[in-house]
Amino acid sequence: MPGRYTPLLILSALVVGLQLATAATGTSYYLTQLTMTAYYTLVVVGLCILMGYAGQISLGHAGFFAIGGYTTAFLTTFNLAPHAQQPVAALLLRTGLAVSGRDLYGAALTTLHPGLAFLCALALAAGVAVLIGIPVLRLKGHYLAMATLGFGLIVYRVVLGTPALGAADGLSDVPAFVLAPGVKIAGGAAGRIANYYAAWGLVILGALLVLNLMHSRAGRALAAIHGNEAAAQALGINTAAFKLRLFVFSAILAAAAGALLTHYTGGIGPSEAGIMKSVRYVAIVAVGGMANLWGTIGASALLNFLSLRGYFGIYDDAVFGGCLVGMMLFAPQGLRARATFDRLRAWVRGRRRT
Amino acid sequence: MTSELLVQYLLSGITIGSVYAIVAIGFNIIYNATGIINFAQGEFVMLGGMLAISCLPFMPLLLAVICAVAATALIGALLHFCFFRWLQAPSVLRMIVITIGLSILIREAALMIWGEQVRALPHFTGNEISSIRILGAYLSPQVLWVLGTAAVIVLVLSLFFARTRVGRAMRACAANPTAATLCGINAQAMVTIAFMLSAAIGALAGCVVSPMTQTQYDSGTSLAIKGFTVAILGGLGNSTGAAVAGLLLGVTEALAVSILPVAYKDVIAISLLLIALAVRPTGLFTARAAGALKEF
Repeated sequence: MPGRYTPLLILSALVVGLQLATAATGTSYYLTQLTMTAYYTLVVVGLCILMGYAGQISLGHAGFFAIGGYTTAFLTTFNLAPHAQQPVAALLLRTGLAVSGRDLYGAALTTLHPGLAFLCALALAAGVAVLIGIPVLRLKGHYLAMATLGFGLIVYRVVLGTPALGAADGLSDVPAFVLAPGVKIAGGAAGRIANYYAAWGLVILGALLVLNLMHSRAGRALAAIHGNEAAAQALGINTAAFKLRLFVFSAILAAAAGALLTHYTGGIGPSEAGIMKSVRYVAIVAVGGMANLWGTIGASALLNFLSLRGYFGIYDDAVFGGCLVGMMLFAPQGLRARATFDRLRAWVRGRRRT
Repeated sequence: MTSELLVQYLLSGITIGSVYAIVAIGFNIIYNATGIINFAQGEFVMLGGMLAISCLPFMPLLLAVICAVAATALIGALLHFCFFRWLQAPSVLRMIVITIGLSILIREAALMIWGEQVRALPHFTGNEISSIRILGAYLSPQVLWVLGTAAVIVLVLSLFFARTRVGRAMRACAANPTAATLCGINAQAMVTIAFMLSAAIGALAGCVVSPMTQTQYDSGTSLAIKGFTVAILGGLGNSTGAAVAGLLLGVTEALAVSILPVAYKDVIAISLLLIALAVRPTGLFTARAAGALKEF
């Protein structure tokens, strides 16, 4: 009997199968893009439940991704060595929350532990999401879209205009993040397979969380909000609180993805915060069918992988724009095979009759 | 700050503010006719500038501007024809996503056609270094063209909507499409006209600012954000409000840049937008009672 978790098992099997396939065909270099794809997928998993399930559009998720990535990059590259005498830095060093080493040129380099930086990144993203979410989530439709777009733009402008964040160059030389013995989030051919499994493991974990959320009391409340917010409120659902919690949850997923991808690629640039990135995430959710978690994950895996491998060439952004328009015009419910197939059959029949 | 400098900042703020106001009015026209915000409005501004620049080698400046405005209006009509006309009661989310997708496609098409190069129309009178002196401040003569165009657009539009048959029919459709249709007004045609009008106004704005701010394939996006900010501040659908709010935003930005780094210029406008949305989404000039009837 197909249960709630069957698709999750299929996804896990696919992840393992894909890795074995690349190993068998000697194309393990694909794993690099597949790993990056996994992190982008983590963002759309959060966006999928926010947009598709609760009906709240966000055009600012690249902002949360960038907050995660930039916080991590800044904290793990900021050299504490010259400030070692100051109480905060000294305390961090004594408690082992800062790591010392030598940089490329042999100078003393003391930076915050990546684990602590990661937690800081998540906390910052959550804090910003609360601050932004309280006023913004009261809005609907155009107003919500524009407000979240505005938030994304502010993040983009700030990272682009702040010299401490590398301005147009972004931040680089981000150290590896050791998750467990033998598993460190870093680039390079050696840890490719471990990184691949770590990244997709996170996606599966995220999907599991979302799945359980959807089938909980909170999930039903969110579905009610999507259907009719006033009616949901009349039923005694604290709509504002539910929307805010969900917004924060999806922001944390985006920030985690940003932070880990930054460790993986060793740096982050302002383009990760751009509007086009936010629009891309929305496009993927739209292609996946808005409220369809598995469709979204599939669409994300396919589109991100092709995009990262450069198959779209100069038409990269145009492909995502075209996806948005095409999907919303012809299949606003997504490419769920049956519905689209039914419409196609009806269309063909209609043709024959006339 | 010396008084000359203050005048300089104020005038440059008013100039850019009137451009924001024109873009906001473009938003309002489509919003009033259809209830949707056209996220591709900024692309009309870019197209106007780019088309005029492309026409320029073959014809005098005035004719190039007219051609560009007409061509953009045609594109506006085409967009409505191809994408919006046959959708039945689409949800707001769907419309937002479609217009965003269209704006990307237009921008990418512009990138393919015109490349990444930054271009500009020549100054309508004089050249880059000619200036006129107003109250001790030095200004480019193009400023007068921008202000004049904005004033003419506001005036002509208010006459159009108040006095002409088509204008009144459009207002009727905005108020109640069903009732308007029962009176024999072709509601769909009115929406097509709204798209054309909005595109034409955007294109005209793109032409007059091109000598000062230059035109690039992606120059529409930031103008669209500012235009939307102004439309919200003035109250969506309220064009007089948009004109006042446009000047306000322009002056605020100009004064803010004299204090804060230029890199944060957009941050100010967007922060204002967020504050306005949080505190008073009905706009600055709409009575609270009237705003309470609307859905946000």
